[in-house]
Amino acid sequence: MAEASNQSTSTSSPAPLFDREEPLTADTFIRGLWEENPVFVMMLGMCPALAVTNSTINALGMGLSTTFVLICSGALVSWLRNWIPKQVRIASYIVIIATFVTVVDYLIQAISLELYAALGAFIQLIVVNCIILGRAEAYASKQRLLPTIVNSLGTGLGFTLALLSLGTVRELLGNGSILGVQLFSDNFQGWVIMILPPGGFFVLGAWLLFFNWRRLRKERRMTEQTGVIANAV
Amino acid sequence: MPKIIEIRTSPHLKRAVSVDRIMRTVVLALLPIAAFAVWQFGLSVLLLLLTTTGAAVATEWFFARASGRGNTVADWSAVITGLLLGLTLPPGFPLWMAAVAAFVGIALGKALFGGLGYNVMNPALVGRAFVQAAFPVAITTWTPAFAPGRFAELIPSTLTLPFMQPIPVADWIAGLNMDGWSGATPLAMQKFQHIETPITETFTGLIAGSAGETSALLILICGLWLAWQRMLDWRIPASVMAGAALTALPFWLMDPSLYPSPWFVLCSGGLMLAAWFMASDMVASPVTARGVIIYGLFIGVLTVVIRLFGGLVEGVMYAILLGNAIGPLISDWTQPRVYGSVKGKQPPAH
Amino acid sequence: MTIEVELQPPPAATPTWAMLRTLGGIAMISGLLVVVAYQTTLPMIAEKQRILTERLVFQVLPGAVSKRDFIVTEQGALAPAGEGIAGDPIYAAYDAEGRLKGVAISGTGSGYAGPVTVMFAYDPGCHCIVRSKVLKSNETPGFGDKLDTDPEFLKNLEALDARLDVTGTALANPIVTVKHGTKTEPWQIDAITGATISSRAMGKAADQAAQRAVPAIQRELTSLSQPN
Repeated sequence: MAEASNQSTSTSSPAPLFDREEPLTADTFIRGLWEENPVFVMMLGMCPALAVTNSTINALGMGLSTTFVLICSGALVSWLRNWIPKQVRIASYIVIIATFVTVVDYLIQAISLELYAALGAFIQLIVVNCIILGRAEAYASKQRLLPTIVNSLGTGLGFTLALLSLGTVRELLGNGSILGVQLFSDNFQGWVIMILPPGGFFVLGAWLLFFNWRRLRKERRMTEQTGVIANAV
Repeated sequence: MPKIIEIRTSPHLKRAVSVDRIMRTVVLALLPIAAFAVWQFGLSVLLLLLTTTGAAVATEWFFARASGRGNTVADWSAVITGLLLGLTLPPGFPLWMAAVAAFVGIALGKALFGGLGYNVMNPALVGRAFVQAAFPVAITTWTPAFAPGRFAELIPSTLTLPFMQPIPVADWIAGLNMDGWSGATPLAMQKFQHIETPITETFTGLIAGSAGETSALLILICGLWLAWQRMLDWRIPASVMAGAALTALPFWLMDPSLYPSPWFVLCSGGLMLAAWFMASDMVASPVTARGVIIYGLFIGVLTVVIRLFGGLVEGVMYAILLGNAIGPLISDWTQPRVYGSVKGKQPPAH
Repeated sequence: MTIEVELQPPPAATPTWAMLRTLGGIAMISGLLVVVAYQTTLPMIAEKQRILTERLVFQVLPGAVSKRDFIVTEQGALAPAGEGIAGDPIYAAYDAEGRLKGVAISGTGSGYAGPVTVMFAYDPGCHCIVRSKVLKSNETPGFGDKLDTDPEFLKNLEALDARLDVTGTALANPIVTVKHGTKTEPWQIDAITGATISSRAMGKAADQAAQRAVPAIQRELTSLSQPN
């Protein structure tokens, strides 16, 4: 929960980092990709993460669409940030996000009808993806244009990475293929359950187990080396 | 010298019943059923049971070690899970899939919750539910009982290479020249063709089905022995069977040509094995005396409802898993009245 | 957990016009972007859809090189597509010499997990359905998706009788799915063992498609036979 409180717009003093303008550093980008990964660390965007990751291409399509919406809406919010009064900010953000979701909806149809059919209603549901509104509220509304774009890109790619790590495992076990390319012999027995909804829960759980196990191990090592108990997260 | 009077509260004499003693007794009761399954279906079932038991024990050992809980293999519970799982699978089930089922059963059904005593559901059934969803075709592929060369050769699909589709058995079965083999279990024949297999066959178990579920008679004997040894609560199997029979009765009376008779319901499929050996899982069933009866009836009713109206042929597995899931709630509803307390009032706080 | 409440100086009042200006401005930007995106992608999407339909039609009618789109109207008449007439689309496909190869028709039946939409190739010469392709289904992988792959099942759809009755407005024998191994008539579909419900959906889709389209096709066969 430490991450969440960092980001919240609480007014406690001293002001948290993100109430100030942040200089553009490598961390601006890396943070969303790894440390604050939207799915694996912050547990946001669970609905698309479970629903459309039954194949690699669906995961990639969903991840990149969300990244596109994140960057565009973040940029617009950041650019207009001094022009949007506090009282109408949520209405403004939602309209901006909905606009770019509509744009991406048409773009995907123009690129591939098969992908559009596979992603179904989940493209339109990007509107209510909490990652995007969260970024707009917590970051873009307070930061300059360039850091916002970089940070949104990092978060979007972090989301894409998470979806891909679910999608590849599910497609590999469920179909024996990645991106539709059959990796094993034709006799491969697909694990049907991995393509069905329960598979999403199993694979997500397994990844979370893996990441938490790694984190705990790292903390234990830190404690052993320094003799200081690392910040419990 | 004054006489020393030692005062203790009851019980004054007790038998040392330990976890591993209970578990060993259950394994003993399962052995005749396993032996009958091997006699009936041949070497394939022997390998199947060895695989599930071995994989279950290995998984248990690995997780006990990884979580630093010491050696929990010695309590024999993983052996029961492995044996029960093997008995619920089709005789020709590919061994690699059986190993997956055993691993998932122990890992997801038991280790994840904290090991024996903490599992919400019966681990063997968790494993079976997983492979039922993952490999729906393999788990509904049946082979005939008493194939002539069953001790000399394996069912072809048994030795399928890991991660590969099961080797087709249709040609092998055709080569056996078994009379009257239709490829369906008695349950499937009843459901889809409304042909009821005679009770003498389902009761003695000279039929097709999962490895260890065929002989209702043998399971009944082993279960009764276990109940007589006080290693299982007789109320659970009794109420499961009562629930199933009472639900089936009105439908059968309405239309005997369409609906199965209560005794067919009891003796067919996995109901008997499940009622005696799986629903009675000590950890996953409720703890109160009234609770286990509600729990048993729930499982029995649900099994028949799934069989008669669901898409699946057999419903006892999901019925027990759901029963396990509501078990803690049932325990909570049926708490006995604390001695001396008045109904509707909170017992005095200590 | 404690909830922190801090005393703050009263915020400066935001003027009404500032709020209206912002929301109005954003709405205008939004409108502009959506309209531009829609107008730009419209021809691309239409082109994609055309290619996709063409590919599917040529898949169920191999050997065809061109097609003409028609609509079966509510009244059962046949009208050229693209004039804003509502109804079910059918596609007449022609080979290199301009002969009618067959007509692609589609129908829907409800399966185990929602509707199953299937495209069928109808051959007016033999009055039967000669091929099928599932367009959309959510059937369980391993069972229901056999509708497109099971060779024994597909034999059912190589000459599925769709003859009209004497009035010419409905099929003489409705297409039905029967239990595995009990097919006796050419208008029956032999179900796949273990996937009876999905097989039944296939039968319903075939019946629906044929009942709607075949009367119109047979009536207008002469005009359909000439490419353009």
